[in-house]
Amino acid sequence: MTATDTSAHDDTHQEHGLSDLGYVKIAIALAIVTAIEVALSYTQDQLGALFLPLLLILMGVKFFSVVLYFMHLKFDNRLFSVMFYIGIVLAVGCYCVALASMHFFSA
Amino acid sequence: MADTAVATPVAHDDHSDHGAHHTSTGLSNNKLAMWMFLGSECLLFGGLISTYMLYRGRHSENLGPDQVWDIPFTSASSFVLLMSSLTMVLAVTSANRADDRNTKVWLSVTALLGALFVAGQVYEFTTFYREGLGFTTSLFSSSFYTLTGFHGVHVTVGIIMLMSLVGMISKNRVPGSKAETVELFGLYWHFVDVVWILIFTLVYLIPA
Repeated sequence: MTATDTSAHDDTHQEHGLSDLGYVKIAIALAIVTAIEVALSYTQDQLGALFLPLLLILMGVKFFSVVLYFMHLKFDNRLFSVMFYIGIVLAVGCYCVALASMHFFSA
Repeated sequence: MADTAVATPVAHDDHSDHGAHHTSTGLSNNKLAMWMFLGSECLLFGGLISTYMLYRGRHSENLGPDQVWDIPFTSASSFVLLMSSLTMVLAVTSANRADDRNTKVWLSVTALLGALFVAGQVYEFTTFYREGLGFTTSLFSSSFYTLTGFHGVHVTVGIIMLMSLVGMISKNRVPGSKAETVELFGLYWHFVDVVWILIFTLVYLIPA
């Protein structure tokens, strides 16, 4: 591949991911999920034991929506996903152990 | 030569590695480095969130999370930051279409929404301080200000980078692929948004 070819490829960065409308729809969905989260926080007494799992699931939905679609991880090379998820797994594992050693979960 | 032969099929299969055909992986080194950086940032914020979770109950009777939080205000701030992610992704798609004008517009709107979020955070911190919640008041306040302060600094750095990028695009001084540069800035900005998604739920919505 010549330098000219590379330059041409750079200037017309190939489209991948969703259309603009698709991103707007995801943003609206994220706003709705946020509103549901806030509403749940005001009804925690009625929800009882369901409150925490529901909130964590909604948080996960928002987290992965942004990571997979806005950050294009769903459409990109798997190596990028590996780099990111290694960080997440290390962080969650390491700090769960640290918190458990300080009796956070038993308390 | 051997590198090119190996790299080219990967590059065209994944559409993810623009201007990266000279690398041994076929992927952009800049993008790979950004993802590694974001992976390492997970450990930083994981530590700060864990510290907050551990100490959130260590406060005086009348200056705990339940007394000082203003959930409607923080929800509005969260909404603003979420929408800045939308404008950022629109800037990335505009850059992919080599549409400099719209790229600059969306980057500027993103910076503006980021500034609105930071302004909200400054207002929130000021309000808490006036209510008596200083940095050294309790373990709860120290861990809270450190966590949200670090996040605020990340947003502020992002705003500075966005404005610099707008200036560089205006003067046509972006080195390498313009679209890839905007995409890298976008990854950083979305990560900051993702961290706030965690903070908003774990810190503000789950009672201590």
